[in-house]
Amino acid sequence: MTAQATTMTPTSAPVAMNRLEDDVFQPLESFPTGRWLGAFFVAGGLATLFLVCFFYTIIQGIGVWGNNNPVGWGFAIVNFVFWIGIGHAGTLISAILFLLRQRWRTSIARFAEAMTVFAVICALVFPLLHTGRPWLAAYWLLPLPNANQIWVNFRSPLLWDVVAVGTYGLVSFMFWYTGLLPDLAIARDRARHPLRKALYGLLTLGWTGSNRAWSHYEKAYLLFAGLSTPLVVSVHSVVSFDFATSVIPGWHTTVFPPYFVAGAVLSGFAMVCTLILFLRKFFRLEGVIAEGHVELMNKVIIATSMMVGYAYFIELFIAWYSGVAYERFVFLNRAIGPYAAGYWTMVICNVLVPQLFWVKKIRRTPMLMFPVVILVNVGMWFERFVIVVTSLHRDYLPSSWGMYRPTLVDVGLFVGSFGVFFTLLLLFCRFLPTVAVSETKALVPGAQSQGGHQHE
Amino acid sequence: MSDATYQNEALAGAIGLFDEPDALLHAAGKVRDAGYTEWDCHTPYPVHGLDQAMGLRPSPIPIICLLAGFGGAGLGFFFMWWTSVVDYPVLIGGKPLFSWPAFIPPTFEFFVLFAALTTFACVLFFCRLFRWHSPLHDADVMREVTTTRFGIVLKAEDARFSWTEAQRLLAEAGCTDIRPLPVWQASGSAAGEHDQEGVRP
Repeated sequence: MTAQATTMTPTSAPVAMNRLEDDVFQPLESFPTGRWLGAFFVAGGLATLFLVCFFYTIIQGIGVWGNNNPVGWGFAIVNFVFWIGIGHAGTLISAILFLLRQRWRTSIARFAEAMTVFAVICALVFPLLHTGRPWLAAYWLLPLPNANQIWVNFRSPLLWDVVAVGTYGLVSFMFWYTGLLPDLAIARDRARHPLRKALYGLLTLGWTGSNRAWSHYEKAYLLFAGLSTPLVVSVHSVVSFDFATSVIPGWHTTVFPPYFVAGAVLSGFAMVCTLILFLRKFFRLEGVIAEGHVELMNKVIIATSMMVGYAYFIELFIAWYSGVAYERFVFLNRAIGPYAAGYWTMVICNVLVPQLFWVKKIRRTPMLMFPVVILVNVGMWFERFVIVVTSLHRDYLPSSWGMYRPTLVDVGLFVGSFGVFFTLLLLFCRFLPTVAVSETKALVPGAQSQGGHQHE
Repeated sequence: MSDATYQNEALAGAIGLFDEPDALLHAAGKVRDAGYTEWDCHTPYPVHGLDQAMGLRPSPIPIICLLAGFGGAGLGFFFMWWTSVVDYPVLIGGKPLFSWPAFIPPTFEFFVLFAALTTFACVLFFCRLFRWHSPLHDADVMREVTTTRFGIVLKAEDARFSWTEAQRLLAEAGCTDIRPLPVWQASGSAAGEHDQEGVRP
């Protein structure tokens, strides 16, 4: 890969590997920089806001949210779909690109996987809180008979969602942790303080780099990638079934599963790109995560942006072509109704703005691509808002139409969820290796046998 | 390092260190051909071709994972049928009790869930994890084999093992940096337990 070549131009393989290791482990082994502390206080503050709104909601009940009778799914479901979508880029990078032997993924895979795990945590909080009594939600959602011995209804897509997202969260965590094992061993062996050594030693579960272990490990890693690939596609498809299997105009469409998956990849890559720009700058990882890597992510963004644009167009076309008055109305209402600003924000940010990535200079310059990826993040949140709110607020009966306005608690939970996400991410950057070091070492020129065969 | 230093110390094995993957592959083949069974290579990253050089059998994880996946899918599907048709049938929306197409998405998820959990358990089991008492952990060589160098460990458990024999074999295989591996001495009880594994050169 060209990206690989620009990353590593070493004099010898061991020198390159040592430099890589030092670059990645330096932030773990030094006192946090002022920037990190500053960012941590901001993120921690927002996370506190989240906790305040969380407990306020529990104490008062979800009446403090803006949800009302026509719009029963407000910010909670919008945010749930948004965060799950963010997580999907992590799995795409770690699993699908692994199966496709895209070597550039190694430098960003670990970070993207961590992002997936944290995004799933943020996502799961919202539907749990939406039940009103999250401490009972596990009891309602898991297949356990209730007080009348009635079981959960497996015909309901909402329950498919529980199974899919629960599986996704668990598999993402196991995939991430398996990938971490060899690098935690490096952290253990680099550690000077006995406590530090003991903690990393405990986490790495006794990894010694034994080839008898590597042999099984590589197979298992491949299997995780193979299992995660259909899983990630299924998860957002199932999330889309929550909408598509209903009979609400604007939701009841067959285009939803692929449209949701493409949208998830778009929003996820935009988020990875946003975070990677900060990561490589703050932790001086420009040598490991090169411009070429970011450029490739931007190419994925433009591709998925056009898929999403195509879905927007097809939705409009089918609404017209179906001849159903309600369908036609919903899409007109989206474009020129009271929430038209949200609709056009979505179209502009997701379809038009990413077209700037046709220009190579914008794809490769952090300062120029940053506004683009931020706008895609904004646009993808509005996409979920448009889907959830505009379909519900005006459906078949004009007498039951209504408007949805989020309350301060809604906004506090949404903004606060970024605090939770960034707090976890910043802790991750401090305590765990942000780049898959052992995997990257294996790709350094000279790392593999010259006479031997190439890896599959 | 001379033999004399280790005369009174129990050894867990010997380690030979290499700088080049080709040298490691060559030496691993030699050790395999010498008939050792209790030995291993330790590398900072997976070295391609080492499995063949060591004569390792392919990992059984894929087939276990596949069986667990089908088992999980079958179990999940059976469970959905049992709860909806047998244990407490509830008519919902006039749909048949056994509306199997609706069970397909969760069945797929159950496949992935069981297969992934089993794969993770297999990693822990086959990679011998949850063992924090390898003699390598406290040895200085551990730092080298997780950084850039490669090590071949001949373990004392092997019937052929003796410090002089190990030195001879590793040197013959082209290794210039051969070191003894003392038994684990982190705490009194642990060291006592592992004394039996060590042999006195």
